[in-house]
Amino acid sequence: MSELDVTPLRLGSHKFASRLIVGTGKYATFELMRECLTISEADVITVAVRRERLVDSAGRSILDFIDLSRYTILPNTAGCFTADDAVRTARLGREILLGLENPGASWVKLEVLADKKTLLPDPVATLEATKQLVSDGFEVLCYTSDDPIMARRLKDAGATSVMPAGSPIGSGQGILNPNNIRICLEYLKEGDPNYPVIVDAGVGTASDVAFAMELGCDGVLLNTAIASAQNPRLMAEAMCLACRAGYLAANSGRIPKRLYATASSPEIGLIAT
Amino acid sequence: MISIRVNGEPLQIAADSTVENLIVQLTLNPKFLAVELNRRVVPRTEHGRTRLAADDQIEIVTLVGGG
Repeated sequence: MSELDVTPLRLGSHKFASRLIVGTGKYATFELMRECLTISEADVITVAVRRERLVDSAGRSILDFIDLSRYTILPNTAGCFTADDAVRTARLGREILLGLENPGASWVKLEVLADKKTLLPDPVATLEATKQLVSDGFEVLCYTSDDPIMARRLKDAGATSVMPAGSPIGSGQGILNPNNIRICLEYLKEGDPNYPVIVDAGVGTASDVAFAMELGCDGVLLNTAIASAQNPRLMAEAMCLACRAGYLAANSGRIPKRLYATASSPEIGLIAT
Repeated sequence: MISIRVNGEPLQIAADSTVENLIVQLTLNPKFLAVELNRRVVPRTEHGRTRLAADDQIEIVTLVGGG
């Protein structure tokens, strides 16, 4: 345990030990989900807001499998294609979490999508929804593309955190344009080094998480990479370790890359000449 | 009886019913859900005194797995 490990992730009014945020979708069973959440050591877990299935009220609820005293729930507006739907969904999510007395009632992961094939965000509608939700008292964690200008606009609109996608949701392609993420980080943290930036979406494997953290991100949000792995339990552990490893490395002052070798062993005292 | 729409489906309910009566009629666990009446959230403290009228549009939502 290093001193950095106890530096909490600050997101608005919240503080967390873990910098990994994991989703709860796509698991084969609720039991497997619960186990993977535990293994991932995440403190924040995302959920979606959906219509109650009125014909199957005996069905099990995901909430029966989530320790509400352990996790801060981050409700999303996934599947919304207009600012209006996203705002309504956020308000409904808040109402549920208020009833459950979960600290997640203060915030929302805002997604306003533009296109079903790419699940890319609609930047104009995302900005509009951010403004409405901020004025409605939400702490808005904003899913966006990796466009640095859009990232800056969202921060200016009051987003608590800007969360650029590494690549399309669920695609497992990792971080396709690290230079854009670098510029997002530079712009968002300029004069405000503690402003949280989280890579949200596109992660495929542990090295993607470590890379995001090494770029200087404050956290990573992922779902499919664990839930749809052949062995989700192993991948949950890999993601947990990768997030810590990347964070520690990012704060360690890595060596510069050089074209030529530099010997690690002393050059004097060799027995041969 | 009056006709309302719940989650897009038509439903008959006794006139003068409240949101709370509706939740009971549908045998739902009120702890895990949120209710929207004509696009406005009805806080759970008001379920017992919010009366439904004919043609009201109700959304009843819960939390599910998501990323």
